Amino acid sequence: MKKGRYGCFGGQYIPETLMNEVHRLERVYEEAKNDPAFQQELDRLNREYTGRPSLLYYAEKMTKDLGGPKIYLKREDLNHTGSHKINNVLGQALLAKRMGKTRLIAETGAGQHGVATATAAALFGMECEIFMGKEDTKRQALNVYRMELLGAKVHAVTSGTQTLKDAVNETFREWTRRVEDTHYVLGTVMGPHPFPEMVRDFQSIISREARAQILEKEGRLPSAVLACVGGGSNAMGMFYHFIPDAGVRLIGCEAGGKGVDTPLHAATITKGTTGVFHGMKSIFCQDEMGQIAPVYSISAGLDYPGIGPEHAYLHETGRAEYVPITDDEAVDAFEYLAKTEGIICAIESAHAVAQMKKMAKEFSKEDIVIICISGRGDKDVAAIARYKGVELYE
Amino acid sequence: MSKIHNAFAKGKAFIPFLTAGDPDALTTVALILAMAEAGADLIEIGIPFSDPMAEGPVIQEANIRALNAKTTTETVFSIVEEVRKQSQIPLIFLTYLNPVLSYGKDRFFARCQALGVDGILVPDLPFEERDELLEETKRYGVDLIYMVAPTSDDRIAHIAKEATGFLYVVSSLGVTGVRSEITTDVGSMVKKIRAVSDVPTAIGFGISTPKQAQDMAKVSDGAIVGSAIVRMIGEKGKDAIADVASYVCTMKDAIR
Repeated sequence: MKKGRYGCFGGQYIPETLMNEVHRLERVYEEAKNDPAFQQELDRLNREYTGRPSLLYYAEKMTKDLGGPKIYLKREDLNHTGSHKINNVLGQALLAKRMGKTRLIAETGAGQHGVATATAAALFGMECEIFMGKEDTKRQALNVYRMELLGAKVHAVTSGTQTLKDAVNETFREWTRRVEDTHYVLGTVMGPHPFPEMVRDFQSIISREARAQILEKEGRLPSAVLACVGGGSNAMGMFYHFIPDAGVRLIGCEAGGKGVDTPLHAATITKGTTGVFHGMKSIFCQDEMGQIAPVYSISAGLDYPGIGPEHAYLHETGRAEYVPITDDEAVDAFEYLAKTEGIICAIESAHAVAQMKKMAKEFSKEDIVIICISGRGDKDVAAIARYKGVELYE
Repeated sequence: MSKIHNAFAKGKAFIPFLTAGDPDALTTVALILAMAEAGADLIEIGIPFSDPMAEGPVIQEANIRALNAKTTTETVFSIVEEVRKQSQIPLIFLTYLNPVLSYGKDRFFARCQALGVDGILVPDLPFEERDELLEETKRYGVDLIYMVAPTSDDRIAHIAKEATGFLYVVSSLGVTGVRSEITTDVGSMVKKIRAVSDVPTAIGFGISTPKQAQDMAKVSDGAIVGSAIVRMIGEKGKDAIADVASYVCTMKDAIR
């Protein structure tokens, strides 16, 4: 396969102004990958700052209640900053330092990636500016304050639909304005090469650990792994080391919003078509003219009209399956996991929990399934309360 | 050789930009004809896109206005069809890649050829990805126009060698939009181009005043102005035609 391509997907569709920078990033990343000192430093941060390895927890009550496979949860919600996003951010911040950058910029949807980037910037003593759709700054007000507390400047993006895709547009624009001292910490496995590969590598620690952990606990591989998919970084991380294990089903859970038969969803693989946007060839929700569609999900982190190119490829080749989960199903699963296991997960991760509930009967008791709990749900509590009709504000 | 060559044949070229369908298709036709009449040498027509990543706020808003007016790719072709009934001025499209892929590459460039669209400029299609459109643009005789930026360095010579139509020299970092000052040494960028190619060069991004256009045209073959014109259209809508024509006239005089 051509460098930076996954089948026909991937590539580098960005303005000329950024080309030399992206090529430089490619080179520096290649060097860093092969530099034991870089890996040691990243390992140390993962261990001592993030708190890795994250737990692989046997959800016994959920297993018994659903009467299907033995269910394990990969607890990325227990990471420092509360989600898997920190895995990628620490890697990219180290790279930025290696490149002599003094300023980090990033987009954020739910605010998890923004918080993680602001955290790394504080840790490395870098300037930090976060771009967040104005709509999302309202949905996730607490995370905005968190980022500011960490020393970041948060820009409320008022262009377009004022959500994640517009935040990405604005962060790319800012990068072209000030590329010399600034690194764009892309939050997911999307964008121009080398981002999809690099972010996947940093996130693949999830499946590297999970695979070893399940072999240690059970002595065999799972029948399936489940993860929610927006851009797809926790899913790519959860899938990656299981891709060669043909017996392991890889299941990505997309935001079905109000239903995939309505216009209010963000189910890219279920409803999208091939196109080029945000630096990559992939699958996007778009209209018949190639205009990027406004998308919707209760989850700000999944509210994105595209998906990383490697997911598009895993879908095309049939190696991974992608299913839509509605808002209602996700909220139901959010409450279910809280009541059954005492774990308040992110509304994003609840999409994967919902799929487990739906498909439990497809498995036998001998099967094992691992669900990636990509983040914790503290940030969502007020929004879920409002969804349920409780007038609660942070 | 396409008609783009003619734009640079009579001295320095003035190249105005506007977004098709802003505020509506009829006004776009009238604006293009008025600009041609006022002395424009080549006109760059933007196909509206939902997410114009390389544009500043002024042109972003024009894209939104055009899409709100239900402008489709088909509408843009019909605008060109109307213009071609009255003018043979060289025309190029500025478009993001996705609307072209969505329309169908073959169908898109066949329409361009039939209507006399001379070139295409795609801000999210860098030189390395040119194969995406190269075959179709060649087949239908439409010039694929490349860009070089202040960060391009060693890429400039590389890109200039393959340039067709003209080479778009981006004057500044960042996105499109009016700037009070252009600090990049564009002269030395053009020298790097000249060392390997005699393709015409035109400088864009940030130009709005006659003095800026004059300075830029002095070191290249032409000046491109977008946001300053689009802002007038944004402010006055259908009534912007006389102002835009007089502005184009002033700018053309300045670089002559």
